[in-house]
Amino acid sequence: MSGGSSLLDAIGGVPRPTTDTVVEATNVEKSFGKLQVLKGVCLTVKRREVVVMIGASGSGKTTFIRCVNHLERIHAGRIFVNGHLIGYREENGKLVEDKEQNIARQRQEIGMVFQRFNLFPHMTALGNIVEAPIRVRRVAQAEAIETGRALLARVGLAHKADVYPSQLSGGQQQRVAIARALAMKPALMLFDEPTSALDPEMIGEVLDVMKELALEGMTMIVVSHEMGFAREVADRVVMMDDGRIIEEGTPDHFFTNPQEERTKAFLSKIL
Amino acid sequence: MHPGSLLAIISPHFDTELFLKFVFSPSEALLGGLAITIYAAVTAQLIGIVLGVLSALAGMARHPILRSISGVYIWFFRGTPVLVQIVLLYYGTPYLLGVDLFPLDMRVGSLDLSGAVLAGILALGVNEGAYMSEIVRAGILSVDPGQSEAAKSLGMTYRLTMSRIVLPQALRVIIPPLGNEFNNMLKTTSLLSIIAVEELFRNASSVAAATFKPFEPLLGVSLYYLLLTTIWSTIQGRIERRLGVSSGRSDERMSWRARMLGRRTRSADSVGMGH
Repeated sequence: MSGGSSLLDAIGGVPRPTTDTVVEATNVEKSFGKLQVLKGVCLTVKRREVVVMIGASGSGKTTFIRCVNHLERIHAGRIFVNGHLIGYREENGKLVEDKEQNIARQRQEIGMVFQRFNLFPHMTALGNIVEAPIRVRRVAQAEAIETGRALLARVGLAHKADVYPSQLSGGQQQRVAIARALAMKPALMLFDEPTSALDPEMIGEVLDVMKELALEGMTMIVVSHEMGFAREVADRVVMMDDGRIIEEGTPDHFFTNPQEERTKAFLSKIL
Repeated sequence: MHPGSLLAIISPHFDTELFLKFVFSPSEALLGGLAITIYAAVTAQLIGIVLGVLSALAGMARHPILRSISGVYIWFFRGTPVLVQIVLLYYGTPYLLGVDLFPLDMRVGSLDLSGAVLAGILALGVNEGAYMSEIVRAGILSVDPGQSEAAKSLGMTYRLTMSRIVLPQALRVIIPPLGNEFNNMLKTTSLLSIIAVEELFRNASSVAAATFKPFEPLLGVSLYYLLLTTIWSTIQGRIERRLGVSSGRSDERMSWRARMLGRRTRSADSVGMGH
């Protein structure tokens, strides 16, 4: 897929991290109305680590990674990314939602890939990729375009630069979406079920890009049931159930001797 | 009597000569009226669009005070007749404040405007903003929430997210009803005759009064309005087709509906837009 050169070379190597611990979440709680979906989630992700989150739908894994870049508000706990408290200021021990501009600045360091791609339909593939670097990071246009084209080439879509999303297949759209997130040179990438809206024959091409990214040292949290992907590149698999992390371990641990009954039941359904 | 005129055959009272002269050799006053009608409609619509966008954004804001400002604005200006609003602004507010807000001769930028024209444009624009607010809101709501989430996740601020991602996509839903609004606006400017703005209708009325012939000049001025609305329909069709092409999707159905189902009353339209 990369055609010889690496994905992260396109954005100048692994974005310089400021800390060894990229994500530190403690006791995160979140409710939608009366329904509590996160009941005290704790998760630490080290630099260059790839964490895959699994669990039945409704277990809170998607909600959790959406909290990591503050697309969802939390009701208790703390989430730090690169040492910065995400979304909030602390005033007398209480969490107060941060100013919109500060939240926007924090999100620049956190790339996100969505289940439904969410490419901007009124912009070309290249336009999607250069939009945020130019408008948000204030990168010079020529430089942003150069980086954008390099990224498109690395995800195998150099020839699709001037095409609109509606003319791309799902797999191609998701690869553009990954390139778009990478163009901001994030220190952390979040993937929210990146292959579950794809036709089966397109899953491979997206996973290949993600594997390459993982092997090149990007710090990633991936919500996915692709256990093959987990086995190949995950440093750690985290099993969520009913708003809590109930089991963590290496991919091997999950394949050979999962401890919790619910983990076993869940794995028997997806493997 | 002019031979060969259909209306002259139907009625011996029809003055074909006056009619043809009114339409085809328009007086300077009528052309001036045409200019004022176009100018008032365009500027009032622009004011309406700006106020409509602001009001829609305020109405969808998290802040309750912003939401209620937008709510009261829409409630008042959609709930009272635009004719009353025009008179209230032009005659009412100077009286209330004791200041001649709209003097007979005034300059706005490089333009000579009568105070009445200015008051009329403001009243029409503010009224239009209340209708545009609902249209813009519907447009914004039509955009997949995933779009603003993607924009936010890239570090875009609210302002960037709206201006670069959400509003451009909302346009394809906003443009057809906006076209109807402007069609309506071209005709609603005739209400400004009540505050002595020399637009098309007032000019035709003066001719009718002076000649004691109420039919010919008003039929003639109707043709002028028809010309304006027809030209606008063509322009609107082009805009819609271009919007449809630029994102690689066909927009045929939408533009057909928008143009064929031109609305008759404001209330019918606002129900149609939905909440």
